Amino acid sequence: MKPIETNALTKKFGYYTAVDKISVSVEKGEIFGFLGANGAGKTTAIRMLCGLLVPSGGSGTVAGFDIMRQSDKIRSRIGYMSQKFSLYSDIDVIDNLKLYGSIYGLHGYLLNNRIKEMSGFLEMGSLLQRKTGDLPWGWQQRLSLACANLHKPQILFLDEPTGSVDPVSRRIFWDFIIELASGGTTIFITTHHMDEAEYCHRISIMVNGRIADVDTPFALKKKTGSDSLQDAFIKIVEPQN
Amino acid sequence: MPIVDVRDLRKNYSVEQALAGVTFSVETGTFFGIIGADGAGKTTLMRILVTLLNADSGEVHILNYNIVNDMQILRSKIGYMPQRFSLYGDLSVKENLTFFADVFNISGKDRKERMAKLLRFSRLEQFQKRRASNLSGGMKQKLALSCALIHSPKLLILDEPTTGVDPVSRREFWDILKELRNDGVTLIVSTPYMNEAAMCDELLIMHNGRVLKKGTPAELVGDYPCDLYRVASDNKTVTCSNRITMPDSVVQMYPSGGAVHVAVRKGFPVDAGWKNHLLTLINGAEIIEKLQPDIQDLFFMLIAENGNQKNNS
Repeated sequence: MKPIETNALTKKFGYYTAVDKISVSVEKGEIFGFLGANGAGKTTAIRMLCGLLVPSGGSGTVAGFDIMRQSDKIRSRIGYMSQKFSLYSDIDVIDNLKLYGSIYGLHGYLLNNRIKEMSGFLEMGSLLQRKTGDLPWGWQQRLSLACANLHKPQILFLDEPTGSVDPVSRRIFWDFIIELASGGTTIFITTHHMDEAEYCHRISIMVNGRIADVDTPFALKKKTGSDSLQDAFIKIVEPQN
Repeated sequence: MPIVDVRDLRKNYSVEQALAGVTFSVETGTFFGIIGADGAGKTTLMRILVTLLNADSGEVHILNYNIVNDMQILRSKIGYMPQRFSLYGDLSVKENLTFFADVFNISGKDRKERMAKLLRFSRLEQFQKRRASNLSGGMKQKLALSCALIHSPKLLILDEPTTGVDPVSRREFWDILKELRNDGVTLIVSTPYMNEAAMCDELLIMHNGRVLKKGTPAELVGDYPCDLYRVASDNKTVTCSNRITMPDSVVQMYPSGGAVHVAVRKGFPVDAGWKNHLLTLINGAEIIEKLQPDIQDLFFMLIAENGNQKNNS
Protein backbone atom coordinates (compact mmCIF):
# COMPACT_ATOMS: atom_id res chain seq x y z
CA MET A 1 0.00 0.00 0.00
CA LYS A 2 1.35 3.39 -0.97
CA PRO A 3 0.78 6.34 1.36
CA ILE A 4 -0.62 8.46 -1.48
CA GLU A 5 -1.94 7.21 -4.79
CA THR A 6 -4.27 8.97 -7.21
CA ASN A 7 -5.65 7.99 -10.57
CA ALA A 8 -6.92 10.73 -12.91
CA LEU A 9 -8.04 12.80 -9.93
CA THR A 10 -10.13 15.73 -11.12
CA LYS A 11 -11.88 18.74 -9.61
CA LYS A 12 -14.18 21.05 -11.52
CA PHE A 13 -15.75 24.23 -10.27
CA GLY A 14 -18.60 24.85 -12.70
CA TYR A 15 -16.99 24.96 -16.14
CA TYR A 16 -13.54 25.53 -14.71
CA THR A 17 -11.27 22.52 -14.29
CA ALA A 18 -8.94 23.28 -11.38
CA VAL A 19 -7.36 19.83 -11.20
CA ASP A 20 -7.30 17.85 -14.43
CA LYS A 21 -6.74 14.08 -14.19
CA ILE A 22 -3.66 14.00 -12.02
CA SER A 23 -2.06 10.68 -11.17
CA VAL A 24 0.60 10.60 -8.50
CA SER A 25 2.06 7.84 -6.41
CA VAL A 26 4.18 8.59 -3.37
CA GLU A 27 6.31 6.08 -1.44
CA LYS A 28 6.58 5.69 2.32
CA GLY A 29 9.23 8.00 3.75
CA GLU A 30 9.46 9.95 0.52
CA ILE A 31 9.72 13.74 0.48
CA PHE A 32 7.51 14.62 -2.46
CA GLY A 33 7.63 18.22 -3.70
CA PHE A 34 4.33 19.26 -5.23
CA LEU A 35 5.33 22.34 -7.20
CA GLY A 36 3.57 24.55 -9.69
CA ALA A 37 2.73 28.07 -10.71
CA ASN A 38 0.32 30.18 -8.67
CA GLY A 39 -3.20 29.10 -9.52
CA ALA A 40 -2.09 25.79 -11.06
CA GLY A 41 -4.37 23.83 -8.72
CA LYS A 42 -1.97 22.65 -6.00
CA THR A 43 -4.05 23.70 -3.02
CA THR A 44 -7.22 22.25 -4.55
CA ALA A 45 -5.42 18.92 -5.06
CA ILE A 46 -4.10 18.92 -1.48
CA ARG A 47 -7.56 19.68 -0.12
CA MET A 48 -8.93 16.65 -1.95
CA LEU A 49 -6.14 14.43 -0.62
CA CYS A 50 -6.83 15.62 2.93
CA GLY A 51 -10.51 14.82 2.56
CA LEU A 52 -11.59 18.45 2.75
CA LEU A 53 -12.96 18.66 -0.78
CA VAL A 54 -14.87 16.04 -2.77
CA PRO A 55 -13.32 15.21 -6.16
CA SER A 56 -15.39 15.51 -9.35
CA GLY A 57 -13.73 12.52 -10.95
CA GLY A 58 -10.98 9.95 -10.76
CA SER A 59 -9.97 8.17 -7.59
CA GLY A 60 -7.35 8.19 -4.90
CA THR A 61 -6.23 6.64 -1.65
CA VAL A 62 -4.36 8.25 1.23
CA ALA A 63 -2.92 6.01 3.97
CA GLY A 64 -4.82 3.20 2.24
CA PHE A 65 -8.24 4.80 2.56
CA ASP A 66 -10.51 6.01 -0.22
CA ILE A 67 -10.56 9.81 -0.44
CA MET A 68 -14.20 9.70 -1.66
CA ARG A 69 -15.69 7.65 1.14
CA GLN A 70 -13.28 7.39 4.05
CA SER A 71 -12.10 10.93 4.64
CA ASP A 72 -12.71 10.66 8.39
CA LYS A 73 -10.24 7.76 8.59
CA ILE A 74 -7.75 9.73 6.49
CA ARG A 75 -7.89 12.81 8.67
CA SER A 76 -6.73 11.01 11.80
CA ARG A 77 -3.72 9.62 9.92
CA ILE A 78 -2.42 12.79 8.34
CA GLY A 79 -0.96 16.06 9.62
CA TYR A 80 -1.49 19.38 7.86
CA MET A 81 0.41 22.61 8.12
CA SER A 82 0.22 25.71 5.97
CA GLN A 83 1.93 29.07 5.84
CA LYS A 84 -1.15 30.69 7.30
CA PHE A 85 -0.74 28.43 10.30
CA SER A 86 -3.53 28.57 12.77
CA LEU A 87 -1.77 28.85 16.10
CA TYR A 88 -3.43 30.81 18.87
CA SER A 89 -1.10 33.70 19.51
CA ASP A 90 -2.50 34.77 22.91
CA ILE A 91 -1.79 31.50 24.67
CA ASP A 92 1.45 29.81 25.71
CA VAL A 93 3.29 27.38 23.46
CA ILE A 94 2.39 24.44 25.72
CA ASP A 95 -1.31 25.32 25.52
CA ASN A 96 -1.26 25.31 21.72
CA LEU A 97 0.34 21.86 21.84
CA LYS A 98 -2.26 20.60 24.33
CA LEU A 99 -5.09 22.03 22.26
CA TYR A 100 -3.92 20.45 18.99
CA GLY A 101 -3.13 17.17 20.73
CA SER A 102 -6.60 16.95 22.21
CA ILE A 103 -8.24 17.80 18.88
CA TYR A 104 -6.52 14.67 17.57
CA GLY A 105 -7.78 12.65 20.52
CA LEU A 106 -4.62 12.56 22.61
CA HIS A 107 -4.89 13.11 26.37
CA GLY A 108 -3.30 12.35 29.72
CA TYR A 109 -0.01 10.51 29.80
CA LEU A 110 0.04 9.92 26.04
CA LEU A 111 -0.42 13.61 25.24
CA ASN A 112 2.22 14.77 27.74
CA ASN A 113 4.61 12.19 26.44
CA ARG A 114 4.19 13.26 22.81
CA ILE A 115 4.57 16.93 23.73
CA LYS A 116 7.81 16.05 25.50
CA GLU A 117 9.00 14.05 22.48
CA MET A 118 8.12 16.70 19.91
CA SER A 119 9.50 19.64 21.87
CA GLY A 120 12.69 17.67 22.43
CA PHE A 121 12.98 16.77 18.76
CA LEU A 122 12.37 20.34 17.60
CA GLU A 123 14.67 21.72 20.31
CA MET A 124 12.01 23.98 21.75
CA GLY A 125 11.73 22.61 25.30
CA SER A 126 12.79 25.93 26.84
CA LEU A 127 9.98 27.80 25.07
CA LEU A 128 6.96 25.92 26.35
CA GLN A 129 5.90 28.63 28.80
CA ARG A 130 6.39 31.52 26.36
CA LYS A 131 3.46 33.33 24.81
CA THR A 132 3.11 32.06 21.24
CA GLY A 133 2.62 35.46 19.62
CA ASP A 134 5.90 36.75 21.10
CA LEU A 135 8.02 34.13 19.35
CA PRO A 136 9.96 34.93 16.18
CA TRP A 137 8.47 33.53 12.97
CA GLY A 138 10.92 30.70 12.62
CA TRP A 139 9.92 29.38 16.04
CA GLN A 140 6.21 29.73 15.40
CA GLN A 141 6.74 27.69 12.28
CA ARG A 142 8.48 24.99 14.29
CA LEU A 143 5.64 24.98 16.82
CA SER A 144 3.21 24.64 13.96
CA LEU A 145 5.13 21.60 12.72
CA ALA A 146 5.03 20.14 16.24
CA CYS A 147 1.24 20.62 16.42
CA ALA A 148 0.73 18.93 13.05
CA ASN A 149 2.89 16.02 14.14
CA LEU A 150 1.70 15.25 17.69
CA HIS A 151 -0.60 12.39 16.67
CA LYS A 152 2.22 10.67 14.74
CA PRO A 153 0.65 11.07 11.31
CA GLN A 154 1.83 8.68 8.61
CA ILE A 155 1.71 11.51 6.11
CA LEU A 156 2.45 15.21 6.58
CA PHE A 157 0.95 17.71 4.16
CA LEU A 158 2.90 20.97 4.18
CA ASP A 159 1.32 23.68 2.04
CA GLU A 160 3.89 26.46 1.60
CA PRO A 161 5.16 26.09 5.16
CA THR A 162 8.11 28.43 4.65
CA GLY A 163 6.71 31.35 2.63
CA SER A 164 8.48 34.38 4.03
CA VAL A 165 11.01 32.73 6.28
CA ASP A 166 14.68 33.65 5.85
CA PRO A 167 17.14 31.15 4.31
CA VAL A 168 18.80 30.17 7.57
CA SER A 169 15.54 29.40 9.41
CA ARG A 170 14.32 27.51 6.37
CA ARG A 171 17.39 25.32 6.42
CA ILE A 172 16.88 24.47 10.09
CA PHE A 173 13.23 23.64 9.33
CA TRP A 174 14.31 21.32 6.51
CA ASP A 175 16.74 19.46 8.74
CA PHE A 176 13.69 18.43 10.79
CA ILE A 177 11.67 17.50 7.72
CA ILE A 178 14.48 15.30 6.42
CA GLU A 179 14.78 13.60 9.80
CA LEU A 180 11.03 12.95 9.99
CA ALA A 181 11.11 11.40 6.53
CA SER A 182 14.04 9.16 7.35
CA GLY A 183 11.95 7.96 10.32
CA GLY A 184 9.26 6.82 7.87
CA THR A 185 6.89 9.80 7.72
CA THR A 186 5.80 10.58 4.18
CA ILE A 187 6.11 14.28 3.33
CA PHE A 188 3.96 15.98 0.69
CA ILE A 189 5.08 19.60 0.39
CA THR A 190 4.47 22.67 -1.76
CA THR A 191 6.96 25.51 -1.93
CA HIS A 192 8.02 28.35 -4.21
CA HIS A 193 11.60 28.18 -2.91
CA MET A 194 13.54 26.20 -5.49
CA ASP A 195 16.50 25.72 -3.15
CA GLU A 196 14.12 23.78 -0.89
CA ALA A 197 12.71 21.75 -3.74
CA GLU A 198 16.25 20.39 -4.16
CA TYR A 199 15.83 18.59 -0.82
CA CYS A 200 12.87 16.60 -2.15
CA HIS A 201 13.35 13.05 -3.37
CA ARG A 202 11.02 13.68 -6.29
CA ILE A 203 9.07 16.68 -7.44
CA SER A 204 6.08 17.14 -9.68
CA ILE A 205 5.44 20.37 -11.56
CA MET A 206 1.84 21.34 -12.06
CA VAL A 207 0.68 23.66 -14.85
CA ASN A 208 -2.96 24.60 -15.48
CA GLY A 209 -4.37 21.71 -13.44
CA ARG A 210 -2.14 19.05 -15.01
CA ILE A 211 1.11 17.50 -13.93
CA ALA A 212 3.63 18.53 -16.56
CA ASP A 213 6.46 16.38 -15.21
CA VAL A 214 7.51 14.23 -12.25
CA ASP A 215 11.10 13.31 -11.53
CA THR A 216 14.04 13.76 -9.19
CA PRO A 217 15.38 17.33 -9.01
CA PHE A 218 18.59 16.11 -10.59
CA ALA A 219 16.82 14.49 -13.55
CA LEU A 220 14.61 17.55 -14.13
CA LYS A 221 17.65 19.79 -14.31
CA LYS A 222 19.40 17.35 -16.61
CA LYS A 223 16.53 16.86 -19.05
CA THR A 224 15.91 20.61 -19.37
CA GLY A 225 19.63 21.37 -19.58
CA SER A 226 19.43 23.71 -16.59
CA ASP A 227 22.02 24.66 -13.98
CA SER A 228 19.41 25.42 -11.38
CA LEU A 229 16.03 24.03 -10.48
CA GLN A 230 14.60 27.51 -10.90
CA ASP A 231 15.60 27.48 -14.58
CA ALA A 232 14.26 23.96 -14.98
CA PHE A 233 10.95 25.06 -13.45
CA ILE A 234 10.68 28.03 -15.79
CA LYS A 235 11.52 25.91 -18.82
CA ILE A 236 8.82 23.39 -17.94
CA VAL A 237 6.10 25.87 -16.98
CA GLU A 238 6.57 28.61 -19.55
CA PRO A 239 5.83 26.83 -22.84
CA GLN A 240 2.56 25.47 -21.45
CA ASN A 241 1.19 28.76 -20.17
CA MET B 1 23.15 63.31 -3.84
CA PRO B 2 21.47 60.53 -1.89
CA ILE B 3 17.71 60.26 -2.29
CA VAL B 4 17.40 58.57 1.10
CA ASP B 5 19.61 59.44 4.05
CA VAL B 6 19.12 57.56 7.31
CA ARG B 7 21.03 58.50 10.48
CA ASP B 8 21.13 56.45 13.68
CA LEU B 9 17.54 55.29 13.45
CA ARG B 10 16.15 53.57 16.57
CA LYS B 11 12.83 51.95 17.35
CA ASN B 12 11.66 49.82 20.28
CA TYR B 13 8.44 47.85 20.61
CA SER B 14 7.76 47.45 24.35
CA VAL B 15 10.63 45.12 25.28
CA GLU B 16 11.93 44.35 21.83
CA GLN B 17 14.53 46.47 20.09
CA ALA B 18 13.52 46.52 16.42
CA LEU B 19 16.09 49.05 15.19
CA ALA B 20 19.25 49.62 17.20
CA GLY B 21 20.89 52.53 15.38
CA VAL B 22 20.65 52.16 11.62
CA THR B 23 22.65 54.48 9.35
CA PHE B 24 22.86 54.28 5.56
CA SER B 25 22.06 56.19 2.41
CA VAL B 26 20.68 55.35 -1.02
CA GLU B 27 21.78 57.16 -4.17
CA THR B 28 19.20 58.37 -6.68
CA GLY B 29 18.36 55.80 -9.34
CA THR B 30 19.68 52.81 -7.38
CA PHE B 31 17.99 49.44 -7.26
CA PHE B 32 18.56 48.93 -3.53
CA GLY B 33 17.91 45.59 -1.81
CA ILE B 34 17.45 44.84 1.90
CA ILE B 35 17.97 41.31 3.22
CA GLY B 36 18.16 39.88 6.72
CA ALA B 37 16.88 37.12 8.97
CA ASP B 38 13.33 37.29 10.34
CA GLY B 39 13.13 39.96 13.01
CA ALA B 40 16.12 41.83 11.59
CA GLY B 41 14.04 45.03 11.40
CA LYS B 42 13.45 45.25 7.64
CA THR B 43 9.70 45.89 7.78
CA THR B 44 10.04 48.37 10.67
CA LEU B 45 12.66 50.29 8.70
CA MET B 46 10.48 50.40 5.58
CA ARG B 47 7.41 51.50 7.52
CA ILE B 48 9.38 54.36 9.02
CA LEU B 49 10.69 55.40 5.59
CA VAL B 50 7.17 55.60 4.17
CA THR B 51 6.01 57.66 7.19
CA LEU B 52 3.58 55.03 8.53
CA LEU B 53 5.54 54.58 11.74
CA ASN B 54 7.46 57.04 13.90
CA ALA B 55 11.00 56.24 14.98
CA ASP B 56 12.02 56.73 18.64
CA SER B 57 15.10 58.66 17.58
CA GLY B 58 17.35 59.31 14.60
CA GLU B 59 16.81 61.28 11.43
CA VAL B 60 15.63 60.43 7.95
CA HIS B 61 15.72 62.68 4.89
CA ILE B 62 14.13 61.63 1.64
CA LEU B 63 14.50 63.88 -1.42
CA ASN B 64 15.88 66.43 1.06
CA TYR B 65 12.63 66.47 3.02
CA ASN B 66 12.51 65.53 6.68
CA ILE B 67 10.17 62.55 7.06
CA VAL B 68 8.56 63.92 10.22
CA ASN B 69 8.11 67.60 9.32
CA ASP B 70 7.37 67.12 5.64
CA MET B 71 5.33 63.96 5.88
CA GLN B 72 2.47 65.17 3.66
CA ILE B 73 4.74 66.27 0.80
CA LEU B 74 6.71 63.04 0.98
CA ARG B 75 3.66 60.83 0.81
CA SER B 76 2.93 62.21 -2.66
CA LYS B 77 6.45 61.31 -3.78
CA ILE B 78 6.85 57.82 -2.33
CA GLY B 79 5.16 54.63 -3.49
CA TYR B 80 4.81 51.78 -1.01
CA MET B 81 3.85 48.17 -1.51
CA PRO B 82 3.36 46.48 1.88
CA GLN B 83 4.09 42.83 2.57
CA ARG B 84 0.47 41.80 3.00
CA PHE B 85 -1.90 42.12 0.08
CA SER B 86 -3.78 45.32 0.82
CA LEU B 87 -6.08 45.77 -2.15
CA TYR B 88 -9.83 45.38 -2.17
CA GLY B 89 -10.72 41.83 -3.16
CA ASP B 90 -14.29 42.73 -4.07
CA LEU B 91 -13.21 45.48 -6.46
CA SER B 92 -12.03 44.76 -9.98
CA VAL B 93 -8.53 45.47 -11.21
CA LYS B 94 -9.68 48.72 -12.76
CA GLU B 95 -11.72 49.76 -9.72
CA ASN B 96 -8.74 49.24 -7.43
CA LEU B 97 -6.61 51.47 -9.65
CA THR B 98 -9.36 54.10 -9.78
CA PHE B 99 -9.61 54.03 -6.01
CA PHE B 100 -5.90 54.69 -5.57
CA ALA B 101 -6.03 57.41 -8.22
CA ASP B 102 -8.77 59.09 -6.14
CA VAL B 103 -6.72 58.79 -2.95
CA PHE B 104 -3.83 60.56 -4.65
CA ASN B 105 -6.06 63.17 -6.31
CA ILE B 106 -5.28 62.11 -9.82
CA SER B 107 -8.15 62.93 -12.14
CA GLY B 108 -9.22 63.72 -15.68
CA LYS B 109 -6.97 63.04 -18.61
CA ASP B 110 -3.99 62.41 -16.40
CA ARG B 111 -5.78 59.56 -14.64
CA LYS B 112 -6.91 57.97 -17.87
CA GLU B 113 -3.42 58.02 -19.33
CA ARG B 114 -1.68 56.68 -16.27
CA MET B 115 -4.16 53.89 -15.74
CA ALA B 116 -3.84 52.79 -19.34
CA LYS B 117 -0.07 52.89 -19.10
CA LEU B 118 0.03 50.90 -15.85
CA LEU B 119 -2.36 48.25 -17.12
CA ARG B 120 -0.21 47.79 -20.20
CA PHE B 121 2.99 47.86 -18.19
CA SER B 122 1.80 45.24 -15.70
CA ARG B 123 0.31 43.09 -18.45
CA LEU B 124 -3.09 43.25 -16.75
CA GLU B 125 -4.99 44.91 -19.60
CA GLN B 126 -7.08 41.87 -20.44
CA PHE B 127 -7.95 41.27 -16.78
CA GLN B 128 -9.14 44.76 -15.86
CA LYS B 129 -12.70 43.63 -15.16
CA ARG B 130 -11.65 40.70 -12.98
CA ARG B 131 -12.12 40.95 -9.23
CA ALA B 132 -8.84 41.30 -7.36
CA SER B 133 -9.67 38.30 -5.16
CA ASN B 134 -9.84 36.10 -8.26
CA LEU B 135 -6.37 36.99 -9.53
CA SER B 136 -3.47 34.56 -9.22
CA GLY B 137 -0.71 35.35 -6.72
CA GLY B 138 1.57 36.83 -9.36
CA MET B 139 -1.18 39.02 -10.85
CA LYS B 140 -2.21 40.31 -7.41
CA GLN B 141 1.34 41.48 -6.84
CA LYS B 142 1.43 43.22 -10.23
CA LEU B 143 -1.82 44.98 -9.43
CA ALA B 144 -0.50 46.05 -6.03
CA LEU B 145 2.60 47.40 -7.78
CA SER B 146 0.46 49.32 -10.29
CA CYS B 147 -1.54 50.88 -7.44
CA ALA B 148 1.69 51.90 -5.71
CA LEU B 149 2.80 53.56 -8.96
CA ILE B 150 -0.40 55.48 -9.74
CA HIS B 151 1.03 58.82 -8.55
CA SER B 152 4.34 58.32 -10.43
CA PRO B 153 6.52 58.25 -7.30
CA LYS B 154 10.24 58.99 -7.53
CA LEU B 155 10.95 56.44 -4.82
CA LEU B 156 9.28 53.05 -4.61
CA ILE B 157 9.53 50.92 -1.47
CA LEU B 158 8.49 47.26 -1.70
CA ASP B 159 8.35 44.90 1.28
CA GLU B 160 8.89 41.30 0.08
CA PRO B 161 6.80 41.75 -3.08
CA THR B 162 7.51 38.25 -4.40
CA THR B 163 6.97 36.11 -1.30
CA GLY B 164 4.65 33.22 -2.15
CA VAL B 165 4.90 33.97 -5.88
CA ASP B 166 5.98 31.20 -8.25
CA PRO B 167 9.34 31.38 -10.05
CA VAL B 168 7.91 32.33 -13.46
CA SER B 169 5.82 35.22 -12.11
CA ARG B 170 8.70 36.23 -9.87
CA ARG B 171 10.99 36.64 -12.83
CA GLU B 172 8.38 38.68 -14.70
CA PHE B 173 7.87 40.89 -11.63
CA TRP B 174 11.59 41.56 -11.37
CA ASP B 175 11.75 42.38 -15.09
CA ILE B 176 9.11 45.04 -14.42
CA LEU B 177 11.13 46.41 -11.48
CA LYS B 178 14.22 46.64 -13.67
CA GLU B 179 12.23 48.58 -16.29
CA LEU B 180 11.20 51.03 -13.57
CA ARG B 181 14.80 51.45 -12.51
CA ASN B 182 15.75 52.16 -16.13
CA ASP B 183 13.03 54.82 -16.18
CA GLY B 184 14.82 56.54 -13.29
CA VAL B 185 12.75 55.38 -10.32
CA THR B 186 14.75 54.59 -7.17
CA LEU B 187 13.70 51.24 -5.69
CA ILE B 188 14.12 49.85 -2.19
CA VAL B 189 13.12 46.17 -2.06
CA SER B 190 13.32 43.49 0.61
CA THR B 191 13.32 39.82 -0.36
CA PRO B 192 13.83 36.37 1.18
CA TYR B 193 15.08 35.06 -2.20
CA MET B 194 18.83 35.39 -2.40
CA ASN B 195 18.94 35.07 -6.19
CA GLU B 196 16.74 38.17 -6.37
CA ALA B 197 18.99 40.02 -3.94
CA ALA B 198 21.92 39.29 -6.24
CA MET B 199 20.19 41.30 -9.01
CA CYS B 200 20.18 44.55 -7.00
CA ASP B 201 22.69 47.35 -7.60
CA GLU B 202 23.40 47.61 -3.91
CA LEU B 203 22.47 45.58 -0.83
CA LEU B 204 21.95 46.29 2.84
CA ILE B 205 22.25 43.24 5.09
CA MET B 206 20.50 43.70 8.42
CA HIS B 207 20.64 41.61 11.57
CA ASN B 208 18.96 42.14 14.95
CA GLY B 209 18.14 45.77 14.19
CA ARG B 210 21.59 46.71 12.92
CA VAL B 211 23.33 47.04 9.57
CA LEU B 212 25.81 44.20 9.11
CA LYS B 213 27.03 45.08 5.63
CA LYS B 214 26.32 47.38 2.73
CA GLY B 215 27.73 47.17 -0.77
CA THR B 216 27.24 45.93 -4.29
CA PRO B 217 26.66 42.16 -4.55
CA ALA B 218 30.14 41.82 -6.08
CA GLU B 219 31.79 43.77 -3.24
CA LEU B 220 29.93 41.76 -0.63
CA VAL B 221 30.82 38.33 -1.95
CA GLY B 222 34.36 39.61 -2.50
CA ASP B 223 34.60 39.95 1.30
CA TYR B 224 33.58 36.32 1.87
CA PRO B 225 35.91 35.26 4.68
CA CYS B 226 36.47 31.60 3.71
CA ASP B 227 37.42 29.42 0.77
CA LEU B 228 34.29 27.81 -0.60
CA TYR B 229 34.09 24.32 -2.11
CA ARG B 230 31.27 22.52 -3.85
CA VAL B 231 30.94 18.82 -3.15
CA ALA B 232 28.72 17.06 -5.67
CA SER B 233 28.01 14.05 -7.82
CA ASP B 234 27.70 13.76 -11.58
CA ASN B 235 24.54 11.70 -11.50
CA LYS B 236 22.54 12.52 -8.37
CA THR B 237 21.71 15.00 -5.65
CA VAL B 238 23.99 14.83 -2.65
CA THR B 239 23.17 16.19 0.76
CA CYS B 240 24.66 16.33 4.23
CA SER B 241 23.18 15.58 7.60
CA ASN B 242 23.41 18.20 10.34
CA ARG B 243 24.76 15.44 12.61
CA ILE B 244 28.08 15.16 10.75
CA THR B 245 31.16 15.93 12.81
CA MET B 246 33.03 18.39 10.63
CA PRO B 247 36.82 18.58 10.41
CA ASP B 248 38.30 21.60 12.27
CA SER B 249 39.19 23.25 8.96
CA VAL B 250 35.49 23.43 8.00
CA VAL B 251 33.63 26.51 9.18
CA GLN B 252 30.24 25.40 7.93
CA MET B 253 28.59 23.11 5.38
CA TYR B 254 25.09 22.96 4.02
CA PRO B 255 23.14 21.54 1.09
CA SER B 256 22.66 23.92 -1.83
CA GLY B 257 21.44 23.37 -5.37
CA GLY B 258 21.65 19.59 -5.17
CA ALA B 259 25.23 19.70 -3.90
CA VAL B 260 26.89 20.51 -0.58
CA HIS B 261 28.71 23.79 -0.01
CA VAL B 262 31.69 23.60 2.32
CA ALA B 263 33.27 26.77 3.72
CA VAL B 264 36.89 26.17 4.70
CA ARG B 265 39.17 28.44 6.76
CA LYS B 266 40.84 30.86 4.38
CA GLY B 267 44.20 29.66 3.14
CA PHE B 268 43.82 26.15 4.63
CA PRO B 269 45.98 23.83 2.51
CA VAL B 270 43.47 21.52 0.88
CA ASP B 271 45.22 18.29 -0.13
CA ALA B 272 44.14 14.91 -1.47
CA GLY B 273 43.86 13.36 2.01
CA TRP B 274 41.58 16.14 3.17
CA LYS B 275 39.44 15.81 0.05
CA ASN B 276 39.09 12.07 0.48
CA HIS B 277 38.07 12.51 4.09
CA LEU B 278 35.40 15.00 3.05
CA LEU B 279 34.09 12.64 0.37
CA THR B 280 33.61 9.92 2.97
CA LEU B 281 31.59 12.33 5.11
CA ILE B 282 29.20 13.27 2.32
CA ASN B 283 27.31 10.29 1.06
CA GLY B 284 27.53 9.64 -2.69
CA ALA B 285 29.78 12.60 -3.49
CA GLU B 286 32.64 12.22 -5.94
CA ILE B 287 33.52 15.77 -7.01
CA ILE B 288 35.13 18.55 -5.01
CA GLU B 289 35.66 21.85 -6.75
CA LYS B 290 36.39 25.40 -5.69
CA LEU B 291 33.38 27.66 -5.93
CA GLN B 292 32.76 31.40 -6.17
CA PRO B 293 30.46 32.27 -3.24
CA ASP B 294 27.12 33.93 -3.96
CA ILE B 295 24.83 36.07 -1.82
CA GLN B 296 23.24 33.02 -0.19
CA ASP B 297 26.64 31.65 0.84
CA LEU B 298 27.54 35.05 2.26
CA PHE B 299 24.23 35.28 4.10
CA PHE B 300 24.71 31.87 5.75
CA MET B 301 28.21 32.89 6.79
CA LEU B 302 27.14 36.23 8.27
CA ILE B 303 24.30 34.67 10.25
CA ALA B 304 26.62 31.97 11.59
CA GLU B 305 29.17 34.62 12.61
CA ASN B 306 26.61 36.88 14.24
CA GLY B 307 24.34 34.31 15.85
CA ASN B 308 20.94 33.28 14.61
CA GLN B 309 18.47 34.99 16.87
CA LYS B 310 16.15 32.05 16.58
CA ASN B 311 18.65 29.60 17.95
CA ASN B 312 19.56 31.29 21.15
CA SER B 313 16.31 32.88 22.20
